[in-house]
Amino acid sequence: MPANRFNGNSDYGVGIGLRLPHYQHIFSKKPLVDWFEIISENFMVEGGRPLEVLDQILERYRVVQHGVSMYFGSAEPLNREHLARLKSLVKRTKTPWLTDHLCWGSVDGRYTHDLLPMPYTFEAARKTAQKIREARDFLEVPIAVENVSSYAEFHVSEMTEWEFLNEVVEDADCGILLDVNNIYVSSRNHDFDPFEYLDSVPADRVAQIHIAGHTKYQKLILDTHDHPVIDPVWALYARAIELAGPTATLLEWDDRIPSFDEVHREALKAKRYLPTQLQEAS
Amino acid sequence: MNLEQLQRAVFEVTRQPLTPSEKMRPRLPDGRSVREIADALIKPNDRMTSFQRLQVYSQQYWFRILASLSEDFPGLRSLIGKRKFEKLSVAYLNECPSQSFTLRNLGSRLETWLRKHPEYVAGVECVAIDMVRLEWADIEAFDGLELPRFAADDSGKLSGDTTFCLQPHLHLLDLAYPVDELLLRIREIDSKSDTVSNAVLKFPRPSRIRRSSLPRPKNVHLAVYRLNRTVYFKRLTRDGFALLQALGEGKPLEKALEASLLRTRRSVGRVSAQLKKWFQDWSYLGWFAQQP
Repeated sequence: MPANRFNGNSDYGVGIGLRLPHYQHIFSKKPLVDWFEIISENFMVEGGRPLEVLDQILERYRVVQHGVSMYFGSAEPLNREHLARLKSLVKRTKTPWLTDHLCWGSVDGRYTHDLLPMPYTFEAARKTAQKIREARDFLEVPIAVENVSSYAEFHVSEMTEWEFLNEVVEDADCGILLDVNNIYVSSRNHDFDPFEYLDSVPADRVAQIHIAGHTKYQKLILDTHDHPVIDPVWALYARAIELAGPTATLLEWDDRIPSFDEVHREALKAKRYLPTQLQEAS
Repeated sequence: MNLEQLQRAVFEVTRQPLTPSEKMRPRLPDGRSVREIADALIKPNDRMTSFQRLQVYSQQYWFRILASLSEDFPGLRSLIGKRKFEKLSVAYLNECPSQSFTLRNLGSRLETWLRKHPEYVAGVECVAIDMVRLEWADIEAFDGLELPRFAADDSGKLSGDTTFCLQPHLHLLDLAYPVDELLLRIREIDSKSDTVSNAVLKFPRPSRIRRSSLPRPKNVHLAVYRLNRTVYFKRLTRDGFALLQALGEGKPLEKALEASLLRTRRSVGRVSAQLKKWFQDWSYLGWFAQQP
Protein backbone atom coordinates (compact mmCIF):
# COMPACT_ATOMS: atom_id res chain seq x y z
CA MET A 1 0.00 0.00 0.00
CA PRO A 2 1.14 3.58 -0.52
CA ALA A 3 2.24 4.50 2.97
CA ASN A 4 5.83 3.46 3.44
CA ARG A 5 8.95 4.79 5.07
CA PHE A 6 10.07 6.33 1.78
CA ASN A 7 7.13 8.73 1.62
CA GLY A 8 6.91 9.49 5.30
CA ASN A 9 4.15 6.90 5.80
CA SER A 10 1.76 9.32 4.14
CA ASP A 11 -1.44 8.51 2.25
CA TYR A 12 -1.37 11.03 -0.59
CA GLY A 13 -3.59 10.43 -3.63
CA VAL A 14 -3.52 12.20 -6.99
CA GLY A 15 -1.86 15.61 -7.21
CA ILE A 16 -0.69 18.07 -9.82
CA GLY A 17 2.29 20.37 -10.21
CA LEU A 18 1.90 23.91 -8.89
CA ARG A 19 2.46 26.13 -11.93
CA LEU A 20 2.35 29.90 -12.34
CA PRO A 21 -0.46 30.10 -14.95
CA HIS A 22 -2.79 28.43 -12.42
CA TYR A 23 -2.10 30.65 -9.41
CA GLN A 24 -5.03 32.97 -10.04
CA HIS A 25 -7.47 30.07 -10.45
CA ILE A 26 -6.20 28.32 -7.33
CA PHE A 27 -6.45 31.43 -5.15
CA SER A 28 -9.84 32.53 -6.44
CA LYS A 29 -11.61 29.18 -6.86
CA LYS A 30 -9.83 27.22 -4.12
CA PRO A 31 -10.27 23.92 -6.00
CA LEU A 32 -10.18 20.63 -4.16
CA VAL A 33 -6.77 19.12 -4.88
CA ASP A 34 -5.27 16.31 -2.86
CA TRP A 35 -1.76 17.76 -3.03
CA PHE A 36 0.58 19.94 -5.06
CA GLU A 37 4.11 19.17 -6.13
CA ILE A 38 6.39 22.21 -6.17
CA ILE A 39 9.72 22.60 -7.94
CA SER A 40 11.97 23.24 -4.95
CA GLU A 41 14.37 25.54 -6.81
CA ASN A 42 11.54 27.96 -7.69
CA PHE A 43 11.08 28.66 -4.00
CA MET A 44 14.68 28.54 -2.76
CA VAL A 45 14.78 32.34 -2.73
CA GLU A 46 15.05 34.83 0.10
CA GLY A 47 11.71 36.59 -0.19
CA GLY A 48 9.11 38.19 -2.40
CA ARG A 49 6.26 36.79 -4.39
CA PRO A 50 7.45 33.16 -4.66
CA LEU A 51 7.50 32.64 -0.90
CA GLU A 52 4.30 34.61 -0.31
CA VAL A 53 2.51 32.45 -2.88
CA LEU A 54 3.92 29.32 -1.31
CA ASP A 55 2.76 30.35 2.16
CA GLN A 56 -0.74 30.95 0.82
CA ILE A 57 -0.74 27.51 -0.80
CA LEU A 58 0.51 25.88 2.40
CA GLU A 59 -2.41 27.36 4.36
CA ARG A 60 -4.81 25.23 2.36
CA TYR A 61 -2.97 22.41 0.61
CA ARG A 62 -0.46 19.61 1.15
CA VAL A 63 2.78 20.12 -0.72
CA VAL A 64 5.59 17.78 -1.76
CA GLN A 65 8.95 19.11 -2.92
CA HIS A 66 10.48 17.97 -6.20
CA GLY A 67 13.97 19.14 -7.10
CA VAL A 68 15.73 19.48 -10.42
CA SER A 69 19.33 20.33 -9.55
CA MET A 70 20.61 18.26 -6.66
CA TYR A 71 22.47 16.13 -9.20
CA PHE A 72 23.09 13.07 -7.03
CA GLY A 73 24.89 11.51 -9.98
CA SER A 74 27.45 14.27 -10.53
CA ALA A 75 30.95 13.18 -9.57
CA GLU A 76 31.52 16.39 -7.61
CA PRO A 77 30.37 16.77 -3.99
CA LEU A 78 26.92 18.08 -3.07
CA ASN A 79 26.55 21.85 -3.13
CA ARG A 80 26.36 22.89 0.54
CA GLU A 81 24.65 26.22 -0.18
CA HIS A 82 22.00 24.37 -2.17
CA LEU A 83 21.46 21.91 0.66
CA ALA A 84 21.16 24.67 3.27
CA ARG A 85 18.55 26.51 1.22
CA LEU A 86 16.72 23.26 0.56
CA LYS A 87 16.61 22.45 4.24
CA SER A 88 15.15 25.84 5.01
CA LEU A 89 12.43 25.16 2.42
CA VAL A 90 11.80 21.67 3.82
CA LYS A 91 11.14 23.24 7.21
CA ARG A 92 8.73 25.70 5.62
CA THR A 93 6.73 23.17 3.57
CA LYS A 94 7.01 20.22 5.98
CA THR A 95 7.18 18.00 2.91
CA PRO A 96 6.76 14.38 4.07
CA TRP A 97 9.26 13.23 1.47
CA LEU A 98 11.49 14.90 -1.06
CA THR A 99 12.36 13.89 -4.60
CA ASP A 100 15.03 14.65 -7.17
CA HIS A 101 16.41 12.91 -10.21
CA LEU A 102 18.76 10.01 -10.69
CA CYS A 103 21.01 11.95 -13.03
CA TRP A 104 23.96 14.29 -13.22
CA GLY A 105 24.15 17.89 -14.40
CA SER A 106 27.09 19.76 -12.93
CA VAL A 107 30.83 19.57 -13.49
CA ASP A 108 33.47 21.49 -11.52
CA GLY A 109 30.84 23.85 -10.12
CA ARG A 110 29.37 24.61 -13.54
CA TYR A 111 25.70 23.77 -14.09
CA THR A 112 24.01 22.42 -17.22
CA HIS A 113 20.45 22.83 -15.87
CA ASP A 114 19.68 19.56 -17.60
CA LEU A 115 18.96 16.02 -16.39
CA LEU A 116 21.82 14.09 -17.96
CA PRO A 117 21.76 10.29 -18.08
CA MET A 118 24.08 8.26 -15.89
CA PRO A 119 26.65 5.79 -17.10
CA TYR A 120 25.30 2.59 -15.53
CA THR A 121 28.49 1.55 -13.76
CA PHE A 122 29.10 0.21 -10.28
CA GLU A 123 31.38 3.17 -9.54
CA ALA A 124 28.61 5.63 -10.48
CA ALA A 125 26.03 3.70 -8.44
CA ARG A 126 28.26 3.70 -5.35
CA LYS A 127 29.06 7.44 -5.58
CA THR A 128 25.45 8.37 -6.28
CA ALA A 129 24.14 6.34 -3.35
CA GLN A 130 26.70 7.98 -1.06
CA LYS A 131 25.47 11.45 -2.04
CA ILE A 132 21.82 10.47 -1.53
CA ARG A 133 22.63 9.25 1.96
CA GLU A 134 24.53 12.48 2.74
CA ALA A 135 21.63 14.61 1.54
CA ARG A 136 19.07 12.60 3.49
CA ASP A 137 21.12 12.80 6.69
CA PHE A 138 21.48 16.55 6.31
CA LEU A 139 17.89 17.28 5.26
CA GLU A 140 16.32 14.84 7.73
CA VAL A 141 13.54 13.86 5.34
CA PRO A 142 13.02 10.69 3.26
CA ILE A 143 14.38 10.99 -0.27
CA ALA A 144 13.07 9.27 -3.39
CA VAL A 145 14.98 9.38 -6.69
CA GLU A 146 13.30 9.64 -10.07
CA ASN A 147 14.30 7.69 -13.16
CA VAL A 148 14.85 10.18 -16.01
CA SER A 149 14.08 10.05 -19.72
CA SER A 150 17.20 9.66 -21.79
CA TYR A 151 18.32 10.09 -25.37
CA ALA A 152 21.78 8.55 -25.14
CA GLU A 153 23.48 5.53 -23.58
CA PHE A 154 27.14 5.19 -22.66
CA HIS A 155 29.51 2.47 -23.86
CA VAL A 156 30.96 2.17 -20.34
CA SER A 157 27.64 1.00 -18.85
CA GLU A 158 27.93 -2.31 -17.03
CA MET A 159 24.22 -2.94 -16.46
CA THR A 160 20.73 -1.94 -17.60
CA GLU A 161 19.06 1.23 -16.36
CA TRP A 162 16.73 -0.70 -14.07
CA GLU A 163 19.60 -2.70 -12.62
CA PHE A 164 21.40 0.59 -11.97
CA LEU A 165 18.30 2.04 -10.29
CA ASN A 166 18.07 -1.03 -8.04
CA GLU A 167 21.77 -0.86 -7.23
CA VAL A 168 21.52 2.81 -6.20
CA VAL A 169 18.33 2.63 -4.13
CA GLU A 170 19.44 -0.52 -2.29
CA ASP A 171 22.83 0.99 -1.49
CA ALA A 172 21.34 4.36 -0.45
CA ASP A 173 18.32 2.72 1.18
CA CYS A 174 16.10 5.36 -0.39
CA GLY A 175 12.78 5.49 -2.18
CA ILE A 176 11.88 5.64 -5.86
CA LEU A 177 9.85 8.26 -7.66
CA LEU A 178 8.77 6.02 -10.48
CA ASP A 179 8.12 8.02 -13.64
CA VAL A 180 6.24 5.68 -15.96
CA ASN A 181 6.31 8.19 -18.81
CA ASN A 182 10.10 8.35 -18.55
CA ILE A 183 10.28 4.57 -18.69
CA TYR A 184 8.14 4.64 -21.84
CA VAL A 185 10.20 7.42 -23.48
CA SER A 186 13.51 5.71 -22.73
CA SER A 187 12.17 2.30 -23.80
CA ARG A 188 11.34 3.73 -27.23
CA ASN A 189 14.63 5.60 -27.52
CA HIS A 190 16.72 2.60 -26.48
CA ASP A 191 14.55 -0.29 -27.66
CA PHE A 192 13.84 -2.17 -24.44
CA ASP A 193 10.66 -3.63 -22.99
CA PRO A 194 9.19 -1.10 -20.51
CA PHE A 195 7.34 -3.85 -18.66
CA GLU A 196 10.61 -5.70 -18.03
CA TYR A 197 11.88 -2.46 -16.44
CA LEU A 198 8.73 -2.04 -14.32
CA ASP A 199 8.68 -5.64 -13.17
CA SER A 200 12.22 -5.37 -11.89
CA VAL A 201 11.64 -2.26 -9.77
CA PRO A 202 11.50 -3.02 -6.02
CA ALA A 203 7.83 -2.17 -5.50
CA ASP A 204 8.19 -1.69 -1.77
CA ARG A 205 10.49 1.28 -2.38
CA VAL A 206 8.10 3.20 -4.64
CA ALA A 207 7.23 6.40 -2.79
CA GLN A 208 5.51 8.23 -5.62
CA ILE A 209 4.62 7.88 -9.29
CA HIS A 210 4.89 10.48 -12.07
CA ILE A 211 2.75 10.47 -15.19
CA ALA A 212 3.15 12.89 -18.10
CA GLY A 213 2.87 13.45 -21.83
CA HIS A 214 5.70 13.64 -24.34
CA THR A 215 6.44 14.51 -27.96
CA LYS A 216 7.26 12.00 -30.67
CA TYR A 217 9.78 13.01 -33.33
CA GLN A 218 10.98 11.05 -36.32
CA LYS A 219 14.03 9.53 -34.63
CA LEU A 220 13.32 9.88 -30.93
CA ILE A 221 10.79 10.79 -28.27
CA LEU A 222 11.39 13.88 -26.13
CA ASP A 223 10.05 14.18 -22.61
CA THR A 224 8.32 17.52 -23.09
CA HIS A 225 5.49 17.39 -20.52
CA ASP A 226 3.24 19.26 -22.93
CA HIS A 227 0.58 16.70 -23.85
CA PRO A 228 -1.98 14.45 -22.15
CA VAL A 229 -0.85 11.01 -21.03
CA ILE A 230 -1.01 8.46 -23.87
CA ASP A 231 -2.60 5.02 -23.50
CA PRO A 232 0.66 2.99 -23.47
CA VAL A 233 1.82 5.12 -20.51
CA TRP A 234 -1.51 4.54 -18.74
CA ALA A 235 -0.93 0.83 -19.29
CA LEU A 236 2.43 1.13 -17.55
CA TYR A 237 0.77 3.09 -14.76
CA ALA A 238 -1.81 0.34 -14.31
CA ARG A 239 0.99 -2.22 -14.01
CA ALA A 240 2.87 0.01 -11.52
CA ILE A 241 -0.25 0.26 -9.33
CA GLU A 242 -0.71 -3.49 -9.59
CA LEU A 243 2.84 -4.00 -8.33
CA ALA A 244 3.19 -1.23 -5.75
CA GLY A 245 -0.42 -0.72 -4.69
CA PRO A 246 -2.21 2.65 -4.79
CA THR A 247 0.59 5.19 -4.63
CA ALA A 248 0.85 9.00 -4.48
CA THR A 249 0.60 10.03 -8.12
CA LEU A 250 1.47 13.29 -9.82
CA LEU A 251 0.74 14.54 -13.33
CA GLU A 252 3.51 16.72 -14.78
CA TRP A 253 2.42 19.34 -17.32
CA ASP A 254 5.09 22.01 -17.76
CA ASP A 255 4.80 23.40 -21.24
CA ARG A 256 1.82 24.70 -23.25
CA ILE A 257 -0.04 24.42 -19.99
CA PRO A 258 -3.83 24.24 -20.43
CA SER A 259 -6.40 25.42 -17.91
CA PHE A 260 -6.23 24.24 -14.33
CA ASP A 261 -9.40 22.18 -14.80
CA GLU A 262 -8.02 20.41 -17.85
CA VAL A 263 -4.77 19.51 -16.08
CA HIS A 264 -6.61 18.36 -12.98
CA ARG A 265 -9.08 16.28 -15.02
CA GLU A 266 -6.19 14.58 -16.80
CA ALA A 267 -4.51 13.79 -13.48
CA LEU A 268 -7.68 12.37 -11.96
CA LYS A 269 -7.87 9.78 -14.74
CA ALA A 270 -5.29 7.97 -12.62
CA LYS A 271 -8.10 7.01 -10.24
CA ARG A 272 -9.47 4.62 -12.86
CA TYR A 273 -6.56 2.34 -12.09
CA LEU A 274 -7.15 2.19 -8.36
CA PRO A 275 -8.94 -0.82 -6.84
CA THR A 276 -12.74 -0.36 -7.03
CA GLN A 277 -13.25 0.27 -3.31
CA LEU A 278 -10.66 3.09 -3.37
CA GLN A 279 -12.24 4.66 -6.47
CA GLU A 280 -15.55 4.82 -4.61
CA ALA A 281 -13.95 6.22 -1.45
CA SER A 282 -12.20 8.99 -3.37
CA MET B 1 37.18 6.24 -18.08
CA ASN B 2 35.82 6.99 -14.62
CA LEU B 3 32.67 8.94 -13.75
CA GLU B 4 34.43 12.27 -13.36
CA GLN B 5 36.30 11.97 -16.66
CA LEU B 6 33.16 10.95 -18.53
CA GLN B 7 31.14 13.86 -17.16
CA ARG B 8 33.89 16.37 -17.97
CA ALA B 9 34.12 15.00 -21.52
CA VAL B 10 30.35 15.19 -22.10
CA PHE B 11 30.12 18.70 -20.64
CA GLU B 12 33.07 19.94 -22.65
CA VAL B 13 31.40 18.85 -25.87
CA THR B 14 27.80 19.81 -25.13
CA ARG B 15 28.66 23.30 -23.90
CA GLN B 16 30.41 24.31 -27.13
CA PRO B 17 28.23 26.86 -28.94
CA LEU B 18 26.07 25.44 -31.72
CA THR B 19 26.53 26.25 -35.41
CA PRO B 20 24.26 28.87 -37.03
CA SER B 21 21.99 25.98 -38.09
CA GLU B 22 21.81 24.87 -34.43
CA LYS B 23 23.93 21.74 -34.85
CA MET B 24 26.84 20.59 -32.73
CA ARG B 25 30.21 21.82 -34.03
CA PRO B 26 32.38 19.13 -35.67
CA ARG B 27 35.51 20.16 -33.74
CA LEU B 28 36.40 21.44 -30.30
CA PRO B 29 38.45 24.66 -30.04
CA ASP B 30 41.62 22.54 -29.63
CA GLY B 31 40.90 20.77 -32.92
CA ARG B 32 39.73 17.42 -31.59
CA SER B 33 36.96 15.72 -33.56
CA VAL B 34 33.61 15.80 -31.75
CA ARG B 35 32.44 12.84 -33.80
CA GLU B 36 35.33 10.74 -32.50
CA ILE B 37 34.64 11.82 -28.92
CA ALA B 38 30.94 11.03 -29.31
CA ASP B 39 31.70 7.64 -30.87
CA ALA B 40 33.95 6.79 -27.94
CA LEU B 41 31.34 7.78 -25.35
CA ILE B 42 27.88 7.13 -26.74
CA LYS B 43 26.23 4.04 -28.20
CA PRO B 44 24.55 4.64 -31.56
CA ASN B 45 21.23 3.01 -32.45
CA ASP B 46 19.59 2.16 -35.76
CA ARG B 47 18.13 5.67 -36.05
CA MET B 48 20.79 8.00 -34.65
CA THR B 49 24.56 8.15 -34.64
CA SER B 50 26.51 8.75 -31.43
CA PHE B 51 27.07 12.34 -32.59
CA GLN B 52 23.34 12.91 -33.13
CA ARG B 53 22.43 11.49 -29.74
CA LEU B 54 24.93 13.71 -27.96
CA GLN B 55 23.73 16.64 -30.03
CA VAL B 56 20.27 16.36 -28.44
CA TYR B 57 21.82 17.31 -25.11
CA SER B 58 23.93 20.10 -26.57
CA GLN B 59 20.86 21.61 -28.20
CA GLN B 60 18.82 21.30 -25.00
CA TYR B 61 21.61 23.00 -23.05
CA TRP B 62 21.81 25.98 -25.36
CA PHE B 63 18.07 26.35 -26.00
CA ARG B 64 17.40 26.35 -22.27
CA ILE B 65 20.01 28.86 -21.17
CA LEU B 66 19.48 31.18 -24.14
CA ALA B 67 15.73 31.26 -23.50
CA SER B 68 16.32 31.96 -19.84
CA LEU B 69 18.70 34.87 -20.48
CA SER B 70 16.35 36.29 -23.10
CA GLU B 71 13.48 36.17 -20.63
CA ASP B 72 15.56 37.97 -17.98
CA PHE B 73 16.90 40.77 -20.22
CA PRO B 74 14.11 41.87 -22.58
CA GLY B 75 15.34 45.47 -22.36
CA LEU B 76 18.82 44.66 -23.61
CA ARG B 77 17.34 42.41 -26.29
CA SER B 78 15.11 45.19 -27.58
CA LEU B 79 17.94 47.67 -27.45
CA ILE B 80 20.33 45.73 -29.67
CA GLY B 81 17.91 43.48 -31.57
CA LYS B 82 17.32 39.74 -31.49
CA ARG B 83 20.30 38.63 -33.61
CA LYS B 84 22.88 40.70 -31.78
CA PHE B 85 21.37 39.66 -28.46
CA GLU B 86 21.70 35.98 -29.37
CA LYS B 87 25.31 36.50 -30.44
CA LEU B 88 26.04 38.35 -27.19
CA SER B 89 24.26 35.66 -25.14
CA VAL B 90 26.22 32.81 -26.71
CA ALA B 91 29.52 34.62 -26.14
CA TYR B 92 28.63 35.49 -22.54
CA LEU B 93 27.36 32.04 -21.61
CA ASN B 94 30.31 30.38 -23.32
CA GLU B 95 32.71 32.44 -21.20
CA CYS B 96 30.58 32.52 -18.06
CA PRO B 97 28.69 29.22 -17.77
CA SER B 98 26.17 28.95 -14.94
CA GLN B 99 27.73 28.52 -11.52
CA SER B 100 24.44 28.34 -9.68
CA PHE B 101 21.86 25.61 -9.15
CA THR B 102 19.20 28.04 -10.33
CA LEU B 103 18.78 29.69 -13.74
CA ARG B 104 17.71 32.80 -11.87
CA ASN B 105 21.40 33.70 -11.42
CA LEU B 106 22.38 33.22 -15.06
CA GLY B 107 22.75 36.96 -15.69
CA SER B 108 24.61 37.78 -12.49
CA ARG B 109 27.93 38.38 -14.29
CA LEU B 110 26.55 40.01 -17.42
CA GLU B 111 27.35 43.61 -16.45
CA THR B 112 30.98 42.81 -15.61
CA TRP B 113 31.36 40.74 -18.75
CA LEU B 114 29.81 43.43 -20.93
CA ARG B 115 32.23 46.06 -19.60
CA LYS B 116 35.05 43.82 -20.84
CA HIS B 117 33.32 43.15 -24.17
CA PRO B 118 31.68 46.40 -25.30
CA GLU B 119 32.02 45.25 -28.92
CA TYR B 120 28.80 43.24 -28.48
CA VAL B 121 26.84 46.45 -27.85
CA ALA B 122 28.82 48.72 -30.16
CA GLY B 123 27.23 52.12 -30.59
CA VAL B 124 25.01 51.82 -27.52
CA GLU B 125 27.60 50.76 -24.92
CA CYS B 126 26.60 53.06 -22.07
CA VAL B 127 22.86 52.72 -22.46
CA ALA B 128 23.20 48.92 -22.78
CA ILE B 129 25.24 48.63 -19.60
CA ASP B 130 22.74 50.83 -17.75
CA MET B 131 19.93 48.61 -19.05
CA VAL B 132 21.68 45.45 -17.83
CA ARG B 133 22.23 47.01 -14.40
CA LEU B 134 18.54 47.92 -14.21
CA GLU B 135 17.31 44.50 -15.35
CA TRP B 136 19.59 42.70 -12.92
CA ALA B 137 18.45 44.98 -10.06
CA ASP B 138 14.88 44.14 -11.06
CA ILE B 139 15.62 40.40 -10.69
CA GLU B 140 17.32 40.95 -7.34
CA ALA B 141 14.48 43.12 -6.02
CA PHE B 142 11.83 40.59 -7.08
CA ASP B 143 12.85 37.87 -4.65
CA GLY B 144 15.40 39.55 -2.40
CA LEU B 145 15.20 39.31 1.36
CA GLU B 146 12.84 41.64 3.22
CA LEU B 147 13.82 42.23 6.84
CA PRO B 148 11.34 43.53 9.44
CA ARG B 149 10.67 47.16 8.70
CA PHE B 150 11.97 50.11 10.72
CA ALA B 151 9.85 53.25 10.75
CA ALA B 152 12.12 56.27 10.57
CA ASP B 153 9.28 58.73 10.02
CA ASP B 154 9.23 59.96 13.63
CA SER B 155 12.01 62.54 13.80
CA GLY B 156 11.87 62.31 17.60
CA LYS B 157 13.41 58.83 17.31
CA LEU B 158 16.33 60.03 15.23
CA SER B 159 19.61 61.56 16.27
CA GLY B 160 22.88 62.29 14.52
CA ASP B 161 24.21 58.93 15.73
CA THR B 162 21.29 56.90 14.35
CA THR B 163 22.39 54.30 11.83
CA PHE B 164 20.15 52.67 9.27
CA CYS B 165 19.90 49.36 7.55
CA LEU B 166 18.41 49.42 4.08
CA GLN B 167 16.23 46.55 2.88
CA PRO B 168 18.29 43.98 0.96
CA HIS B 169 15.79 44.13 -1.91
CA LEU B 170 16.37 47.89 -2.36
CA HIS B 171 18.93 48.71 -5.07
CA LEU B 172 20.22 52.21 -5.76
CA LEU B 173 21.33 52.88 -9.33
CA ASP B 174 23.13 55.95 -10.59
CA LEU B 175 22.33 55.81 -14.31
CA ALA B 176 23.70 57.84 -17.19
CA TYR B 177 20.59 57.18 -19.30
CA PRO B 178 16.87 57.13 -18.41
CA VAL B 179 16.64 53.40 -19.10
CA ASP B 180 13.83 53.04 -16.56
CA GLU B 181 11.44 54.81 -18.93
CA LEU B 182 12.79 52.82 -21.84
CA LEU B 183 12.32 49.47 -20.09
CA LEU B 184 8.75 50.33 -19.10
CA ARG B 185 8.06 51.28 -22.72
CA ILE B 186 9.54 47.99 -23.94
CA ARG B 187 7.46 46.02 -21.46
CA GLU B 188 4.33 47.81 -22.61
CA ILE B 189 5.07 46.98 -26.26
CA ASP B 190 5.90 43.36 -25.36
CA SER B 191 2.74 42.91 -23.30
CA LYS B 192 0.62 44.09 -26.22
CA SER B 193 2.25 41.63 -28.63
CA ASP B 194 2.47 38.78 -26.15
CA THR B 195 0.73 35.53 -26.90
CA VAL B 196 -0.60 33.19 -24.24
CA SER B 197 2.22 30.69 -24.08
CA ASN B 198 4.22 29.08 -21.35
CA ALA B 199 6.67 27.35 -23.63
CA VAL B 200 10.04 27.52 -21.94
CA LEU B 201 12.13 26.87 -25.00
CA LYS B 202 10.65 29.54 -27.20
CA PHE B 203 11.83 33.10 -27.48
CA PRO B 204 9.19 35.66 -26.63
CA ARG B 205 8.43 37.85 -29.64
CA PRO B 206 10.88 40.69 -29.16
CA SER B 207 10.22 44.35 -29.59
CA ARG B 208 12.99 46.36 -31.25
CA ILE B 209 13.86 49.90 -30.28
CA ARG B 210 14.95 52.02 -33.24
CA ARG B 211 18.32 53.68 -32.89
CA SER B 212 16.67 57.06 -33.52
CA SER B 213 14.33 56.61 -30.57
CA LEU B 214 17.05 55.79 -28.06
CA PRO B 215 17.07 58.07 -25.04
CA ARG B 216 19.51 60.95 -24.80
CA PRO B 217 21.97 60.91 -21.90
CA LYS B 218 20.38 62.10 -18.67
CA ASN B 219 21.60 61.36 -15.18
CA VAL B 220 18.93 59.41 -13.30
CA HIS B 221 19.10 58.39 -9.65
CA LEU B 222 16.90 55.37 -9.26
CA ALA B 223 15.66 53.16 -6.45
CA VAL B 224 14.57 49.66 -7.50
CA TYR B 225 12.58 48.04 -4.73
CA ARG B 226 9.72 45.72 -3.91
CA LEU B 227 6.45 46.61 -2.28
CA ASN B 228 3.55 44.17 -1.90
CA ARG B 229 5.08 41.57 -4.25
CA THR B 230 5.66 44.10 -7.03
CA VAL B 231 8.96 45.64 -8.11
CA TYR B 232 8.91 49.40 -8.62
CA PHE B 233 11.33 51.99 -10.02
CA LYS B 234 11.38 55.33 -8.18
CA ARG B 235 13.45 58.28 -9.26
CA LEU B 236 15.22 60.18 -6.50
CA THR B 237 16.77 63.59 -6.28
CA ARG B 238 20.53 63.68 -6.35
CA ASP B 239 20.61 64.71 -2.65
CA GLY B 240 18.21 62.00 -1.57
CA PHE B 241 20.10 59.37 -3.55
CA ALA B 242 23.44 60.42 -2.03
CA LEU B 243 21.98 60.35 1.48
CA LEU B 244 20.51 56.88 1.00
CA GLN B 245 23.79 55.63 -0.41
CA ALA B 246 25.69 56.96 2.59
CA LEU B 247 23.16 55.44 5.01
CA GLY B 248 23.42 52.16 3.13
CA GLU B 249 27.17 52.25 3.66
CA GLY B 250 26.48 52.27 7.40
CA LYS B 251 27.29 55.90 8.15
CA PRO B 252 25.40 57.46 11.09
CA LEU B 253 22.79 60.02 10.05
CA GLU B 254 24.95 63.08 10.72
CA LYS B 255 27.96 61.67 8.88
CA ALA B 256 25.73 60.42 6.07
CA LEU B 257 24.28 63.90 5.67
CA GLU B 258 27.74 65.44 5.59
CA ALA B 259 28.96 62.87 3.10
CA SER B 260 25.96 63.26 0.84
CA LEU B 261 26.19 67.06 0.91
CA LEU B 262 29.85 66.80 0.04
CA ARG B 263 28.94 64.58 -2.87
CA THR B 264 26.25 66.91 -4.12
CA ARG B 265 27.85 70.19 -2.98
CA ARG B 266 24.58 71.40 -1.45
CA SER B 267 24.14 73.19 1.86
CA VAL B 268 22.42 71.71 4.92
CA GLY B 269 19.87 74.51 4.75
CA ARG B 270 18.77 73.54 1.25
CA VAL B 271 18.08 69.93 2.13
CA SER B 272 16.95 70.13 5.76
CA ALA B 273 13.40 71.04 4.81
CA GLN B 274 13.23 67.93 2.65
CA LEU B 275 14.67 65.56 5.24
CA LYS B 276 11.46 64.96 7.15
CA LYS B 277 9.52 64.29 3.97
CA TRP B 278 12.19 61.93 2.67
CA PHE B 279 12.21 59.85 5.81
CA GLN B 280 8.41 59.74 5.85
CA ASP B 281 8.31 58.58 2.23
CA TRP B 282 11.12 56.07 2.54
CA SER B 283 9.61 54.63 5.71
CA TYR B 284 6.22 54.33 4.02
CA LEU B 285 7.86 52.47 1.15
CA GLY B 286 9.51 50.12 3.64
CA TRP B 287 13.07 50.89 2.62
CA PHE B 288 14.46 50.88 6.16
CA ALA B 289 14.95 47.59 7.95
CA GLN B 290 15.48 46.85 11.60
CA GLN B 291 19.13 46.21 12.37
CA PRO B 292 19.72 42.45 12.09
